[in-house]
Amino acid sequence: MLLIHCPYCDETLPEAEFTYAGQAHVVRAQDPSSQDDGQWEDFLFMRENARGPHYERWRHFHGCGRFFNAVRDTVSDKFLTTYKAGDARPDLSSLLEGQE
Amino acid sequence: MSQYRVSGRGRVDTGKPVSFTFDGKRYTGAAGDTVASALLAHGVHLMGRSFKYHRPRGPVAAGSEEPNALIGTRRGPGRFEPNTRATVQELREGLEATSQNKYPSLKWDIGAVNDAAYMLFSAGFYYKTFMWPKNFWHKVYEPFIRAAAGLGVAPCEEDPDHYASRYLHCDVLIVGAGPSGLAAARAAAVDGLKVVLVDENAEAGGTLLSEPQATIDGQPAWDWLASELEALKAAGVKIMTRTTAIGYYHQNMIGLCERLTDHLTDVPADTPRERMWRVRAGQVVLAQGALEKPLVFHGNDRPGVMLAGSAQTFLNRYGVLVGKRPVVLTSHDSAWYAAFDLADAGAKVQAIVDLRDHVHVDLLTEAQRRGITAKLGYTASATSGRLRVSSIRVNPVKGGDVGTAERIECDAVLMSGGWTPSLHLFSHTKGTLAWDDDLTTFLPGKTPEDCVIAGASRGPWGIAAALNDGAEKGAAVAAALGKSASGKTFAVEADRTGSGITVKELPTDRSPGKAKAFVDYQNDVTAKDLRLAVREGMRSIEHVKRYTTNGMATDQGKMSNINGLNIASDALGKAQPKVGLTTFRPPYTPTSFGAFAGYHRGEHFEVTRKTQIDSWAEENGAVFEPVGQWRRAWYFPQAGEDMDAAVGRECRAVRETLGMFDASTLGKIEVVGPDAVEFMNRMYTNPWTKLALGRCRYGLLCGDDGYIRDDGVIGRLGQDLFHVTTTTGGAARVMNMMEDYLQTEWPDLNVWLTSTTEQWSTIALNGPNAAKLLAPLVEGIELTDEAFPHMSCLECTVAGMPARLFRVSFTGEIGFEVNVPAPMGRKLWEKLWEAGQQYGITAYGTETMHVLRAEKGYIIVGQDTDGTVTPYDAGMGWAVGKSKPDFVGKRGMARPDLVAEGRKQLVGLLTEDRSKLEEGAQIVFDADQPVPMKMVGHVTSAYHSDAVGQPIALALVEGGQGRMGETVHIPMPDRTIAATITSTVFVDPENTRLKI
Ligand SMILES: [Zn+2]
Repeated sequence: MLLIHCPYCDETLPEAEFTYAGQAHVVRAQDPSSQDDGQWEDFLFMRENARGPHYERWRHFHGCGRFFNAVRDTVSDKFLTTYKAGDARPDLSSLLEGQE
Repeated sequence: MSQYRVSGRGRVDTGKPVSFTFDGKRYTGAAGDTVASALLAHGVHLMGRSFKYHRPRGPVAAGSEEPNALIGTRRGPGRFEPNTRATVQELREGLEATSQNKYPSLKWDIGAVNDAAYMLFSAGFYYKTFMWPKNFWHKVYEPFIRAAAGLGVAPCEEDPDHYASRYLHCDVLIVGAGPSGLAAARAAAVDGLKVVLVDENAEAGGTLLSEPQATIDGQPAWDWLASELEALKAAGVKIMTRTTAIGYYHQNMIGLCERLTDHLTDVPADTPRERMWRVRAGQVVLAQGALEKPLVFHGNDRPGVMLAGSAQTFLNRYGVLVGKRPVVLTSHDSAWYAAFDLADAGAKVQAIVDLRDHVHVDLLTEAQRRGITAKLGYTASATSGRLRVSSIRVNPVKGGDVGTAERIECDAVLMSGGWTPSLHLFSHTKGTLAWDDDLTTFLPGKTPEDCVIAGASRGPWGIAAALNDGAEKGAAVAAALGKSASGKTFAVEADRTGSGITVKELPTDRSPGKAKAFVDYQNDVTAKDLRLAVREGMRSIEHVKRYTTNGMATDQGKMSNINGLNIASDALGKAQPKVGLTTFRPPYTPTSFGAFAGYHRGEHFEVTRKTQIDSWAEENGAVFEPVGQWRRAWYFPQAGEDMDAAVGRECRAVRETLGMFDASTLGKIEVVGPDAVEFMNRMYTNPWTKLALGRCRYGLLCGDDGYIRDDGVIGRLGQDLFHVTTTTGGAARVMNMMEDYLQTEWPDLNVWLTSTTEQWSTIALNGPNAAKLLAPLVEGIELTDEAFPHMSCLECTVAGMPARLFRVSFTGEIGFEVNVPAPMGRKLWEKLWEAGQQYGITAYGTETMHVLRAEKGYIIVGQDTDGTVTPYDAGMGWAVGKSKPDFVGKRGMARPDLVAEGRKQLVGLLTEDRSKLEEGAQIVFDADQPVPMKMVGHVTSAYHSDAVGQPIALALVEGGQGRMGETVHIPMPDRTIAATITSTVFVDPENTRLKI
């Protein structure tokens, strides 16, 4: 069972308190009606399936209830970082340096 | 004293006899025995029949890696466990053990014809038999294989035992209490660190239990062990025996299964049989030692042929000689010591046959001193003996040529093909393995976990090496936890260091194609099978594994994987690291379902949510059905009524006078805040801005893909307060979806969402007399069409209770939903029930609710929709606020496929023969077309309808809304049913019945 750091509670807690919520930084357009079919298809369906670091969303479902973002290595299952929804995408190279 | 028991040897207490039965025959063992050691003490090696070929088998090992000696154990009714390893099951008074996979008896087994039908079962036989004619498979092969192959029989009684589960947090967890684990625990137990040491055996000590000859720091091994265990306890180390580390999970979570009662003669009341521990450890030390490899040669599975190290364990730990005239066959020094120990205990060792041309001179001297013949540079080409080995055939090998055979009479063959580090748990961590050419095996590489390997698991051999490595690793993990610790160095005498070589199947002077040289005993896989798999095109070790089933038995290839790899890589002409090893997965050893389930069984298997009115339903004879996690009243049968009769009566009551329904399970979400109306506009397809205070509206929720997700009536109780209802099963999902959009897409909106499902009890009153019943009980408003029209809502008082009153109808009759604070639910229900007697009030369940709503064409999301249905497909385009700039699903509904012609649309169906359709049945336009027919939709709902006078159905049909009055066909196994497409509204299309 993973241990996950909730950036809102600022606590590291068991995975059972959290739910996975898909890839992060998938932007829903301000005006969806202006999107052409291809753009809307990308938004709805196209996801990364990364082997390695993956930007993804989690929700502290049985805790504070907040959605937040994380970078998790899909090979080692290790979290590189977690951060609040709306925060900028952290720089991957500095995260990876921190791991070494 | 039993015939093969050696007095003065072993740790069993022969002064405490223990009586048990095996296949009905009574035996006596000693306290401390396993079933295997007790039977071996009586000279019984034959303990089972093999999986495919029903070959006679005896124990080949002495521990949990045992593949052959699987037995059934019984302790009274319900307490039967198949596939217990006889080498693990401790003896207890009155234990009933039975052999498996034999008929009529272990000694005379009919299934042994499989052994002759060898060709039928060679590698890939499952796949090949599938290719034969289909009826051959069903009628010939499958019944034959099913009858012939198998392990023990699963018990069919309910398990009367209970199982516990606990969490444990520690600084250091050490798996394996052999010399390296013990030394690691001692070194790590510093400065208050919480250290836990676990071992799967009945007592700690590991190898030390089998090697009493050694002395450690001047003390005999067993004395040192006893004092060390005391010292560890004094240092606060928690020592858990009979506890198997079954799996290594993420971030140093280890699953431990502790066996609490299987070894006890008398089980104290209320003691759980097993306890599953979920341990979160700061650091983990894996000190699981190494497992001995068998040698692969013809007849290496005959009872009496076993691992040399295990024979040594049976002697030194249990005081049992596995044979009085053994032959030792080895490629590793360790087996020489087994020969010496057995000889010193009185066995007449017939020969030590070593595959190597040279061994250390000290070994030869020791053999000579005991009068044991050593044959160097020899191979073994066969054994003989029907139910027990009686001789072994050996041949000299010179320059690769196998010379003339000679036969050595014996009653046991003690073999050693070297040792494999036990890396199963390490493998669970996704740790990489590195091939070691010198040891011809894989050693641990890198792991993402905070985990180190100590002792023989990473290569070092001998007690001193294990102790010193354990101490070093124990100090290292303490240091990693910020404590200063240092590992001591141990002085060991009479240590048995040594080395060996690793071989593939042994060379033979006979046809290798006819050799039954077993690699995987439990799945009956031979060297020949592995080579056949490679010849037939398997290249990856994963394919070879699945084609032959090598390593796929319940022992997960503990003995067979490296031998299998060596043979497969030889056949492939590739080095072992290029071929690679298959993946080990939890659990390490077979683990009972009970241990995994723990407390989650019976009524505790899943949460059962009950409403406040559930108790009334139960008292009044309701039949219940599960809906999500709720238990809901399905229907209320009266004496002599079946379901159809009860539902028919309930439906008539609602249409003719008055029905009452517990709707408390409906999801309820309160949407509050200055931006509540804007939020509702964006979430739901409908427009909300103009919804007046005190009015409600049917709301439709879609995903951004344009498909229906949920629905429910939504009331506006304040300028900034919406009372949202959802489907029973969708409540949590809808709440999550709302939170998601609110938090991450529109964080600027000032809105709060609160789940209030369990805060309200909701009672639905439906029928022509609903208003008459309710009016006298409601304060503050008249229940007329003028004062409180259909689709109104109000906070008021009902029967003296604070209430949210909705005038809504899911039945087509005059309807109200009264919400009162949850605990008042039953009180209100009883008041309404009493007051309703004058109208013949009838309680109805979910089935009647379904029928009544279907008669009106109201959908059930998830039944009439399946995640690919748009509001337009469902005939509810009227619920879409087309002029809103955006809402969830608006852009999705404009996708090319969602506006294309020929989409499946919701319609009604009436069958021509007035039969009830089956939900899920497929629909075709042309019943005469050839099979496979083009399916154009399916039946989503079907009920008997008293109001319509014949069964009705809802269905999704291609272009259905443009096909009113057309005939479609529903092919069933026995006939094809014709049906006419109709409107989805079967009853009162003008909604005249809603008027008071
Ligand atoms: Zn949180």
